Parts: sequence; C-alpha cells; structure tokens
Amino acid sequence: MLPETSTATLTTTATGATPTHPRRSGFLGALIHGRGSRSSLFVNAVRAALVFLWLGSWELTARTIIDPFFYSMPSQIWAKLVTWFTVGTSQGTIWVNISITLQEAVLGFFIGSLAGIVLGILLGRSPFFADVLAPFIKGANAIPRIVLASLFVIWFGLGMSSKVATAVVLVFFAVFFNAFQGAREVDKVLVDNARILGASRWDLMRTIILPSATSWILASLHVAFGFALIGAIVGEFTGADKGLGLLINHSQGNFDAAGIYAGMVITTVIALVAEYLLTKVELRLTAWRPPTTTSTAAGL
Amino acid sequence: MTQITPPAISMRAATKKFATPGGSAFTALLDVDLEVARGEFVSIVGPTGCGKSTALSLISGLEPATSGTTEVNGKAVTGIPEGVGYMFQTDAVLPWKNVLDNVAIGLRYRKVDRDEARQRARQWIDRVGLTGFEDRYPHQLSGGMRKRVAMAQTLITEPSLLLLDEPFGALDVQTRELMQDELLRLWSGTGAAVVFVTHDLTEAISLADRVFVMTAGPATIRDVVTIDLPRPRKVEEIRLTPAFTTLYRRVWDSLREEVEITRARGAVRVA
Repeated sequence: MLPETSTATLTTTATGATPTHPRRSGFLGALIHGRGSRSSLFVNAVRAALVFLWLGSWELTARTIIDPFFYSMPSQIWAKLVTWFTVGTSQGTIWVNISITLQEAVLGFFIGSLAGIVLGILLGRSPFFADVLAPFIKGANAIPRIVLASLFVIWFGLGMSSKVATAVVLVFFAVFFNAFQGAREVDKVLVDNARILGASRWDLMRTIILPSATSWILASLHVAFGFALIGAIVGEFTGADKGLGLLINHSQGNFDAAGIYAGMVITTVIALVAEYLLTKVELRLTAWRPPTTTSTAAGL
Repeated sequence: MTQITPPAISMRAATKKFATPGGSAFTALLDVDLEVARGEFVSIVGPTGCGKSTALSLISGLEPATSGTTEVNGKAVTGIPEGVGYMFQTDAVLPWKNVLDNVAIGLRYRKVDRDEARQRARQWIDRVGLTGFEDRYPHQLSGGMRKRVAMAQTLITEPSLLLLDEPFGALDVQTRELMQDELLRLWSGTGAAVVFVTHDLTEAISLADRVFVMTAGPATIRDVVTIDLPRPRKVEEIRLTPAFTTLYRRVWDSLREEVEITRARGAVRVA
C-alpha cells in the first residue's frame, strides 16, 4: 500500500554512513579509548613505530633525494606550526583563524544537522511527501554542492555567513538521508503499541520515532562534522578575509608546502577532537544498548 | 440510558481485504460475526496465517474494515477505542526505556504526572513480580520477564477490553504455562473482556470461557465451543481432567479439517 518502490530510491545515501555501535566506533574509537588490555600496549607500540618510520623516512629522503621545496618535510612543518602559534600568521594570530573556521563549521554543523533531522524524519514518516519530493532531493544531492561555495560568496560576501552556508548544504544531505532511513525503519509494532497506549502524534514522534532513528542519526553526525569542516575550509578557500582555509590558500600562493601541511595538521586535530566529543555524546544517548563484544577492527 | 449494557465486542459481517503487490485483492477476513460479552474470556483458534490477527487489528482500530461493522462497548470503531489494551506477538517494550518507564508510559501518554505514573508503575511491577528490576533495560531481561513488562505496560491503563495476539508464542513451555496462570490471576476480578488469539488448542481451552474456531483463509467463524470448566483454574492441572480432554477432542474435530486445508495449500505452494 505504501509507495515502497519509489520512496526506497530516496535512500541512496550521500555518505554511506550506517549505524555503528559507539563502543566499536572504528579506528578512531580505538585510538581514543585504547583497548585497556595488555595487548593495547603492544598495539600502541607498533603504531608509534609506524609513525616514527613514516616521518623518519620522509625527513631522511627530503634531506637527501627529493626536493623539500615541493614536498616539504616534518621538521619544516613543525617549524611552521611553531611560528604560527608563537609569532602569528600573515592573517593575524593562529587562534583567531582557528576560531573563525571553528565557528563556521560548528554553526554549519548545527543548522545543517537540525534541518536534516527534522526534514528527514518528517519525510520518513509521510510516504506521500517523500514520494513527491524524491526526484528533487535526488537531484539536489547530485549537484556538486561544493561549487555552491562560489555562489554563496557572491550572495553573502566574504564574511562568515557564506562559509556557514557551504557547510550547511554539505551537512544537510549527510544527515537527511540517515534520519529519513531511520524514521522509515521504526518497528511497526512499537508504533502500534504506543498508539494503543494512547500516544498522540507528537508523543509518537518524541518517544518512539526519534529514539528509534537516533542510532542512524548519530552515525551520520560523525561524517557530518567532517563535512562541516570541509565546507568551512573550501568556503574560505573560495574567498575570505580570515580562517584556516585562507591560510592554506595563501601558502599555496607562496609555494609554501609546509604551510599547506601545517593547515592540514591543525584541521585534522580539530576533526579528531570533534570526533571524540561526538563519541562521548553518542555513548550517553545510547547507554541503553546492550554492549557488544565485536573487536574494534570491525568498525574500520 | 438503556437497561441492557452493550457487549464488549460486536462484529457484524466484518470483512477485510488487502491489496497484494500484484494488484489483486486478498481477503483476510470474510463475513465474521463475533460477539464477546463484558468480562468474558474468549479464545480464537485457527490454522496458521488464517487472519486471526487481522480480527484483532479491526477491533483495536489499528486497521479499518473493508466492510461490515465493528462495535466496542456499543460504539462503532473509528479510531482506537477507549479502554482497549493490546499485547503483541513480538516484543513491544521500548528498548531505550527501563522497566519502570516502560510500564509508566501509557499513563504518561494519558497526561498523568511523572511521579504518580511512576508510583502506579511500581505497584504494577510488583503485581507482575518484577520488583527489583525497575532500573533494568529490556535487553537485560529474559523473554518471560519482558512479557511481564509488556503485561504490566498494558494492564496499567486498566483496559475494559484486552486483546492478546499469541502473546506467549515465543516462550518456552514452562515459562508459557507460568505466564498463562499469571494472566488468569491478573485478569480475575478486573471485569475486563479478553480476546486471546492462539494456535495452541491447549492454551485456548484452558484459559477461555468460549473458543471460536476460524476457517482457513479467508477466515470466518466456523464453530463456537463453550468451555464450562470451573474457575479459578490452574492451567497445568486442568488439562489433565477428563472434561478437558472431551472439550479438546470437540474443538480439534472442528479445527482439523481447516488445518488440513491449510496444509494442502502449503504443499501446493511448496511443489
């Protein structure tokens, strides 16, 4: 009776994010939480050795065979980072730039996820509107949205709002498809049971559908914050007066490979911290779930 | 006010058709007449997949009938009727709420304030024998305990009509018998009418005042057997009495033909 076939086509997810258990939230989870067993010491030792080998061989080859002008080397990147944090950058102190990018990303993340969750759940619960809007949403998802950054600079200028807008469009689709799928996969018996027990439409949303979809939504939020950062940085790349993206862009203009790497390192650290915080929130929201014994490797 | 109180359920020529993916209509229920008095315990038995559950979804208002009338407590069913409780075949407890909040949720939907809802939930948790498990989540409980939670969750709303769709089907035999006794104990004295759908004849006869036998799909009522066994009953004892055996034979004679039809159809499908 439901237009299953047509709405099902809406579920081609933009990110491929599926719910994973937070206790095995993959590689990052393993890095952040460790394993707490004796083998974890060994695992960490091997990891440290790999990092040492990688950076060491890079440094060594850059000093002997390859040209550090193009490829830079760890010591130059480190020196660049030290300069940025002590002396400052061409665009003011590094903290100002980080804070601008972070504000854009966080704002874009919140607006985009909220819109994605609300619209995803509403469409997930109304087959008619999902059916009507399916081709439009698929079309919008097919647009290379990163190009919109150029348009947003024209619309909103060089300030923060154009970057927030870019982050929002990237985040929205990542969250929307998962919220949509999560709302569709709610156990029908739970819904019927709640209706019999006297739940109103709003009660159903609040106590059954939203909690059911939570694991799907949370899975997408991990990817979404990454997208928010990308949106902010690409936005700054396109045209800005401050931010990490601008620093990277300037480094590119000056043939300063170390500067590009330094920008990447800072962005990566921000993403890892955000991932850590999101995992904390996820664990808190899904405390009711049975613990699994799956190894961390399964989450890769 | 009329002197005669209307029956708990009155179905007249109720028919339910579903659209199949192929576009044709599949008739699940055909011209079902069913009347259940207030306070009466009725079982519905029938071959697997005959449409027993469909009858419950019409009574509960979860699905509209294609034709015919269904009345609950004298009122035509349009939405979910007042005073209906429904226990589902599969687990319907909320996995993200603990036992206490699961039991209290029906009251919360009915705008009872949190403290009072929780206090009454504690009484029901005690009545179903789960005291001490209030803070557990469903995944930390056994199948039988989850059924107790579901039972308390349904009964806390004090339904005047209780619909049960093979509620104990997934339990092991010992737990099932225990839960049957629990159900009889909790039901006695409430004055609620009960419709218990099952394909287990022993269960149907040991619990009910009347057993309705349904035909192989499209389901309609084939036979009604009155179970005049004395109450209060102990399910594991009553089934050893000669009266029970006689009734069992009587119901089985009626059902056997329908089961054979269903089996023959299944054989055709397999072949």
